[in-house]
Order: sequence, then structure tokens, then C-alpha cells
Amino acid sequence: MGGHAPVTNDPDADEVYFQYEDIDQQQESYVVGMWAFLVTEVMFFGALFLMYAIYRWKWHTDFYLVHKQLDWQLGGLNTFVLLISSFCVAMAVHYAQLKKPKQQLICLGITLACAFGFLGIKTIEYSSKFEHNLFPNHSFVYADHKVTSYGMEKKDVTGRAAGVEHAKKVKKPQEGDPNRARLFLSLYFAMTGLHGLHVVIGILVIGTLMIMIARKSPLITDYVPTEMIGLYWHFVDLVWIFLYPLFYLIPK
Amino acid sequence: MSATVIDGIQEAQQEPTQKNYLNADHTIASWLLTVDHKRIAIMYLIGVTFFFFLGSIAAAMIRVELTSPNGLFLTSETYNKTFTAHGVLMIFFFLIPAIPAVMGNFLLPLMIGARDLAFPKLNLLSWYLYMISGGFVLAAMILGGIDAGWTFYTPLSSIYSNTQITLALVGLFISGFSSIATGVNFIASIHKMRAPGMTWFRLPLYVWSHYATSIIIILGTPVVAITLLLVVFERVFAIGVFSPELGGDPVLFQHMFWFYSHPAVYIMVLPAMGIISEVISCFSRRRVFGYEFIAFSSIAIAGLGFLVWGHHMFISSQSVLQGVIFSLLSFLVAIPSAIKIFNWSLTMYKGSIHLRTPMLYALGFIGLFVIGGLTGLFLASVDTDVHLTGTYFIVAHFHYVMVGGTLLAFLAGIHFWWPKFFGVMYNEFWGKVSAVIVFLGFNFTFFPQFILGYLGMPRRYHMYYFAQEWQIYHVASTIGSGILGIGLILPACYLTASLIRGKKCSHNPWGAKGLEWEAAATPPVTENFTVMPIVREDPYDYDAIADSALYEEERKKGKKPALVGATDDEEKKD
Repeated sequence: MGGHAPVTNDPDADEVYFQYEDIDQQQESYVVGMWAFLVTEVMFFGALFLMYAIYRWKWHTDFYLVHKQLDWQLGGLNTFVLLISSFCVAMAVHYAQLKKPKQQLICLGITLACAFGFLGIKTIEYSSKFEHNLFPNHSFVYADHKVTSYGMEKKDVTGRAAGVEHAKKVKKPQEGDPNRARLFLSLYFAMTGLHGLHVVIGILVIGTLMIMIARKSPLITDYVPTEMIGLYWHFVDLVWIFLYPLFYLIPK
Repeated sequence: MSATVIDGIQEAQQEPTQKNYLNADHTIASWLLTVDHKRIAIMYLIGVTFFFFLGSIAAAMIRVELTSPNGLFLTSETYNKTFTAHGVLMIFFFLIPAIPAVMGNFLLPLMIGARDLAFPKLNLLSWYLYMISGGFVLAAMILGGIDAGWTFYTPLSSIYSNTQITLALVGLFISGFSSIATGVNFIASIHKMRAPGMTWFRLPLYVWSHYATSIIIILGTPVVAITLLLVVFERVFAIGVFSPELGGDPVLFQHMFWFYSHPAVYIMVLPAMGIISEVISCFSRRRVFGYEFIAFSSIAIAGLGFLVWGHHMFISSQSVLQGVIFSLLSFLVAIPSAIKIFNWSLTMYKGSIHLRTPMLYALGFIGLFVIGGLTGLFLASVDTDVHLTGTYFIVAHFHYVMVGGTLLAFLAGIHFWWPKFFGVMYNEFWGKVSAVIVFLGFNFTFFPQFILGYLGMPRRYHMYYFAQEWQIYHVASTIGSGILGIGLILPACYLTASLIRGKKCSHNPWGAKGLEWEAAATPPVTENFTVMPIVREDPYDYDAIADSALYEEERKKGKKPALVGATDDEEKKD
């Protein structure tokens, strides 16, 4: 493909992809592309936040009662973990600009550890919800009520019995309208689930970047790849900064 | 003899033996793993043509079925699946990607003077995502079909339908990412890859329209992606977000869906308008009238397009006030659209008009788009919409805009840039014949549907035994669709024939302006330009007066006047 590499005295010239004139153009294109991608991400989550806003405005009391099922301390810990990771990724970009790969790797390593920590805490939260059947499914039971969406069999005696058994195991009292509880938990799982998926993708790209830096890959010649991944990670962090108060800290 | 009004054409003339992007490499892997935007565009062309063909078969089935008031050969279930297949294939796999992914991909780097798009690998990924999503949707159709209509309204799609909706929606979710990849790529390329001297106001209007389109793609597509994903979750995990019993709202789905899908019609039509600007200007030999107005009207349509989705929902639960506001905003879209129409008309005024195939298609576009646009005003107004919504009036309206608009512009563009794509010229006579047949066949098909809709024929019904007098309109429409079909098969034949034994065309057979014609070889080399262009003049620097003077001169000499700028082989053909 190479063909017509522009004649220039820039020492980085041979690292420029064939479609660009020079390294500046390449880097600027990456930055514009990344921001355009982040716009799509904002709209992606924005749609979910809009739905959340509508339903919380409509069913505020129920959402308040149900949100007590969530553990605000674990959520707060996760917020803290993500804030640390965001700081570290910012530092990694800083060291990348100074061309200090060792410090850069350390910072990225801490970020990666935080990301795994976040997922670990999230797993604890999710598993306690799954234990109490507090996740959207066709036999959802809340506060002794089997909840089905319309168009399906409404009365389910065995489900009801199972619900009673479940209610005994549940530590926290399950308050609020069961239907709205299900709606709230659906939104919770959809939004934190998609956010978790973004964290997993973040782990993959940060891991790849670390391997490439460690192996001194010719594709990583400057700070721009780190900055791109940093931008992505800040976005993932920012989404959680909104998710945490919206789901865990609903005022009365 | 070859009267050219173009400077510097000789420098760009290629040696006949020179390698171009088509013969640079012949292995299949060199196509499937290419990052060359031109090859990806050709692969997209094959893809969209395939899906268009499948969608057309579904359309033909619908038309044949409707010739009888009692339904001819389909059961109701099959009919539902047929019109859903038609809608899904045509909208998501032809109309949305057709112009940006085929012609945009091919031309955008050439027009802005770049070697490739900013992210060539992302571009290839977008093609694969497109084909994978097509695979999902075809699998859904083969494994039992989908019956919820292309709009997938809840709760039918989320709860009641027992067809392969989950599979199809996953496919559409993936196709959204294909779209987003293209949009991101175009935005970065237009911002950062322009040649020296290619300022924003020297960009061809085609590039402006793609810029507006890309903005819509990156703002709208994620919203519909998440909405369709939630329907999938609703079916698989019963999350209940669109289920009223749990406090969810099925109408919220419509809001979210149309928030994308109304702007999506501008994804379909804005690039089409870009093509028309290029073609009208070239074949009128005049600078586009009101360049800035056309450029900014594209951006205005992109912006206003996001504020009008509610006009799809006048008879849903939305309040009267909401209806009035959406109605008013919808009327506003008519302004930038009309600016374009007036400016094209004024471009032609006192121009030196050459009625070649692309121009005939472009003129057809203007005629049909005006009808489609004006009937849109009937539907933007709340009180007439209450009568007309859900009828064939709507069907006719959006076919006038989508088929009469996007498809005709697509054909205009294909005929205009075919020599650039492949370096061969198609048969001009059959080209003109097909343009006329498509125009007539189209009107024959869809004009009766306006009358049907006004009389009250509901869309998506395959029986109308309660009003047998409508049969005549349906039969007329079906005959028209046959004519339209012939008009569309013709280009498929003579364009394919031109690839096999078409005459090699000259470097710039239309004498057109723009970097893609003036600075790049025909067909372009893999790196697009052997010498990177520097832009020193404004776009559309045509000269109608010199052109008509040359035209008169040739006529006085007793020669048949030819297209100025065309070379010998072109003139002989005429």
C-alpha cells in the first residue's frame, strides 16, 4: 500500500500511515475520530438516561423504596475505585507525553487493577441480586408477588409459593410496588450491565496497549494511543459518576 | 475536435498501461482484506445491489398480492412477513448505506484530495459489520421471517410476535455500528484530510451533504441501537421497559425509534441531494447557484431533522400541544429543502444544459422530490394527518421521497461516476431509455397510491374486499411497478455489459470539474493521486457562456453538437 510516502525531514515520517501527509495530520485525525466516537457513546447512554429520567419522574416513590435493595456502600467503593483508575490513566497519558514507558506501564497497571476490582465488586452486588431473584426474568418475584409483564400467564401458584420462600431468605424488607420494582431493577441491570461491558472492553484495550508498550511495538510511537484509551476510560468513569447517584442515592 | 474547457487535464491523463486500483492485484484476498476505500466501495456496491434485489422481490410479491381485493396467493402471516422483509431490507440495507457507503466511500477522499479515508481499517470493518448484520437478518427471514413491520413497534415486537425478531434486531444493532463506523470515518476525514487549499467553502456540495449526514449518523444511530437492544432484552429477559403493566411505556419506544428514524430519512436523502448538486451543475455548465445556501441548508436539515420526530405519532398518546409544536417544526424542514430545489432550478437557468443520462435521472429526482416533499406538508399538518396517517397516502409519500429521491439520485450518481469507477462508458441510448422508463414507471406505481390513501386504503392490509372499487388503482400500481422493474433491470444489464465489452472512456467524459475528475486518473490509481493536488480555485468553475459559444460553433460547422469537454469517442457515439 505504501506507495507515496511524503518526502519530509521528520524522523517519524516512516511511521506515518500511507493515507496521511505527516504525523500531525495522523494524530489530529485520531483525536477527531475518537471524539466523534465518544459522541456516539454519549448518545448511546443518553437514551438510557432519558428513559431512567422519565420513569423515575413518573414513579419516584416506588423507585425510592426499591433503591434500598441496592448497597450504596459497595457502589460508593466502586466509585472510589473508578476515580483512582481515572487519575492513573491521566497520569499514564502524562508519562506517555514525557516518554517514560516504565512509569506509564505502572499507571496503566493500576488502572487495570482498578478495573478488575470494579468488576469484582460488581459481581458481588450482582450475585446477591441473583440470589434473591431480583433481576429481570420471566419469573420475577418481589415482596411475595410474582410479577409478569402483560400478555403472559398471570397466576402462577408455584411461582407464588417460591416467592414466599424467597421472601423468607431476603434480609432487607422488600418495599414498593412489585411492578415498579421490576422496572427499576431492569433499568439498573440494563444500564450498569452495559457500563460493565464497557469496562470489560476497557480492560481489553488497556491490556493490549500495555503489551504493545512492553514489547516496544512499532505501532506505539507517541502518546496518542494512550490518550485515546485515556479518553475512553474517562468516559466510562464519567458514566458511572452519573449512574451511582441515580441508582444508589435516590432522595426521599 | 475535442474541445475542452478544462485546464490541466493533460497532466492527469494516465498512460493506458498504468496500474489502477482495479488491476493492481487480482487475488480474492486482495479484495476481501483491502483497505482501499475504492475497493471497499465496490464491495459495498455489490452488497447493496444484492439486498436491493431481495427487497425488490418482496415488493413484487406485495404488488401482485394486492391485485385482488381478497388477496391473491399469500396468507396474512406471509403477507406481514413480506412487507416487513421489504421494509427492513430496503431501508437498513439499501437506502441508508447505498449512497454514503458506495459513492461516499469512493468519492470522498478523491473529492477532498486525500489518499484514503482517515481510518481505512475501520472502513473495512464497517463493510464486514454490514455483511454480518445482513446475514443475521437473512437468517431471521429464512428461519421463519419477521412480522412486526420495519418499525418494530412494541408491544407487538417485544411480547406478542412469535417470529424471529430477536435475531433480526441483533442484526440491525450490528448494522448500526457499521453506519457509525462510516460516519466517524467521514467526519475525521472531512475535518483533517483535506488537500492544501481545499477550504471548507471549496468543498464540493456532495462533501457538505456527507458531513451533515455523518452528524446525523453519529447522533441518531446509537439511540435506535440501544432502543432495539432493549426490545431484545424485553424478549429475552422480560425487562419490561416498554411494558405498560410494569409502568413502562410502549409509546416511549416510538419516541426513541423515531428520534433516529426520522433523521434517518435525511441520512437517505441528504447524500442524494449532494449528488444532484454535482450532476445539475456539471450538465448545466454553470457554477452552483447559492453555494453557501445549499451547504448550510444541508446542515439545517440535519439539525431540524432531530426536532420533528413527533409527527410520526400524531395519533399516539401525545398531547395536542406537542402535536402542534411538532407540526410547526416539521413545516420548517420545508424551508431548507425548498432552498435546494430553488437553487438547482436557478443553476439550470441560462445554463448550457446537456440532457445526458445522469442529468435525466437528476431532473427526475427534482420532479419526484417536489411531489414527495409537498405531500409531506399534508402529513406534517395535524388535522390532515389524522385522516391520512396509516394509509397508502403515507406509503406513496415516503416512496416518492425515498425511491423517487434516493434511488433516482443513486442511479444518477452511478451513471455519472461509472466512468470514474471502472474507466468504461455504458450505452448512452439505453441509459436515457432507462431514465425515462424509471420516471414513468415510478409515477405509474405510486401516484395511484395517493388516491388510494386519500380514499382510505390502510397500509399493511392485503385485503380490501370491503371496497372493491379500489382494485383499479391497485392494478394500475402493480402494472406501474412492472414498468419500474423493467426500468431498473435495464441499468443492471447495460452497466454489466459495459464492464465486459464497454468502450474505454476518456479521462473526463463529462468535462466535469472537481478533484476526482481533474486531478485523479480514470479509473484512479490505488493511492488516488500520483501528484498530490493543491486546490487553487473554487468548485464548479464551469463556464456556461464559453460552453454555449463552442456549442453554437460546432453546430454552424454542421457537426452534431457534442458535450463540450467530451473527447472523440464520446462524440462518435452521439
